[in-house]
Amino acid sequence: MAAIELEDVTFGYGEQPVVESVSLDVAAGEFLGLVGPNGSGKTTLLRLVIGLETPDSGAVRLFGDPAHEFADGERIGYVPQDVTSAKNQMPVTVEEVVRMGRYPHRWIGGFSDEDRRSVRAAIERVGIGDLADRRVGRLSGGQRQRVFIARALAGEADLLALDEPTVGVDAESREAFYRLLHELNDEGLTIVLIEHDIGVVTTHASEIACLNRTLFFHGDPDAFVETDALANAYGGGQRVVHHDH
Amino acid sequence: MHSPTHAAAPPHALAGVPSRLSEAVLEGLWGTAMDALARASGVEMLGFPFMQRAYLAAVCVALIGPLVGVFLVHREMSMIGDTLAHSAFAGVAAGLFVNSLFAVTVPPLLAALVVAAVAALLVQTLVDYAGAYRDTSLAIVLTGSFAVGSVLITATDGGIAVGINAYLFGSLATVSETNAALLVAMTAVVAAVVAAAYRPLLYVTFDEVGARAAGLDVARYNRLLAVLTAVVVVGAMQIMGVILVAAMLVVPVAASTSVTGFKRSVAAAIAAGQFATIAGVTASYWYDVAAGGTIVLVAIGVYLAAETRDRLRSRSSGSGRKTDDSPTPRTAVSADGGDEADPE
Repeated sequence: MAAIELEDVTFGYGEQPVVESVSLDVAAGEFLGLVGPNGSGKTTLLRLVIGLETPDSGAVRLFGDPAHEFADGERIGYVPQDVTSAKNQMPVTVEEVVRMGRYPHRWIGGFSDEDRRSVRAAIERVGIGDLADRRVGRLSGGQRQRVFIARALAGEADLLALDEPTVGVDAESREAFYRLLHELNDEGLTIVLIEHDIGVVTTHASEIACLNRTLFFHGDPDAFVETDALANAYGGGQRVVHHDH
Repeated sequence: MHSPTHAAAPPHALAGVPSRLSEAVLEGLWGTAMDALARASGVEMLGFPFMQRAYLAAVCVALIGPLVGVFLVHREMSMIGDTLAHSAFAGVAAGLFVNSLFAVTVPPLLAALVVAAVAALLVQTLVDYAGAYRDTSLAIVLTGSFAVGSVLITATDGGIAVGINAYLFGSLATVSETNAALLVAMTAVVAAVVAAAYRPLLYVTFDEVGARAAGLDVARYNRLLAVLTAVVVVGAMQIMGVILVAAMLVVPVAASTSVTGFKRSVAAAIAAGQFATIAGVTASYWYDVAAGGTIVLVAIGVYLAAETRDRLRSRSSGSGRKTDDSPTPRTAVSADGGDEADPE
């Protein structure tokens, strides 16, 4: 089953559409890299996918259900864009944040042993076991990324949506972070990633979508590198949609 | 010392069972305990019914203030407390106005509760639609409410202006039996609601977008938080006064942000609040000064002490360290290479 289906989706915050006539299917277990110039509607498309916005026309389906009505919050793990900015002074600990991943399963009532096990396992899985009692606001950007991934894993999310997760993270942590994403994808997690570094996405993603208001390309990374979709999207030249599958 | 019949007790507001229940709690449990404490300690004022009610109010206010305030402070919504306090003031004025006009006895606090709750929903709606200009909406509701209050007060021939002073600046004597019973009920409701909605409130406070992705109706919890704030403000207004009431939502929370762990920081904020209100009420009685002002000064003293301790501790722990438990988040980010990152 397709994890994500976009069918002729158009959406705008005002008169001008930010995303126009985008059709795109992502099968479960894929790792989609979403690329495009600044202001190309990448973040908006991601928000549409996880149901934060409702399309003006067309349809967005998540695991077969309309995305904006999608109620199974625990199936979506979202890593926000500004996660690495250090403004959050809230005294929450790493473990408290990871526990939030279980909240959609249990908004009220005590945590079960299974809940606690999931939280522990998620913390260990992303390699932040020694940070569990630290304040999230005092972690480095790379460490904080892992906390948010752990939150998604604790909730046993089927889809991980990340919006430029490595802005403000040094090259070494970034490489380790993408290795982790790669492993999680191999274990069956569907991933949608916005990334400005084309080289990184084409290395790690299993498919690429190139967007600049409309979809310029959707296919596998090798084909993407060979086409001129990138130049077209960034240069605003002729719009040719390559669909190679 | 303690006489069970209190002259100022208004018999009208809470009739029948709730009245007897509140009497049992206030006079029976709390009164007896405080009487025993007065005898044991030899401190005479603890045996005075009006002081017993003031302490009861102090304990309640310092519980629910930080309990709700912690969610406001970390969403940078501290000023909503001040706005709703001014709405509550309009409510008090409206209550007194109606009472003087129609010879009825609407408890002013109840009128304040209704008006502040409506204002809370109004503020939240304005914020939802006004986007970035959140503080403009707050400023409009704040001044608008106070304007309504001041017009209503002056619309009568000065009779209610006397009563309004107690609400503006707070007073220990304002805590009548009816008001104390109302406050206990509000405290129970606020504590129960926060306990029930703790996880959604925490999620929304920490990561609003993530909370929406997790399927939460964020707007609903924003409204809930605003209404809870209105309830706290009305409850705390009697001893704190309209002008200072927002302090109970903010200052104890600010004093405890260095405590690691959200739940632990909430507990610390409540402890700081309890210390401030109890010490404040005591000092206010001894020196015969305004309770609200005294409480706020003690609370700010606690905040400054906590800040100073944190500064000293972080300085003594070595300024050159660049580990991730360094005191300022900026250090942590630059240690991670954050400064050279370029989103382009």
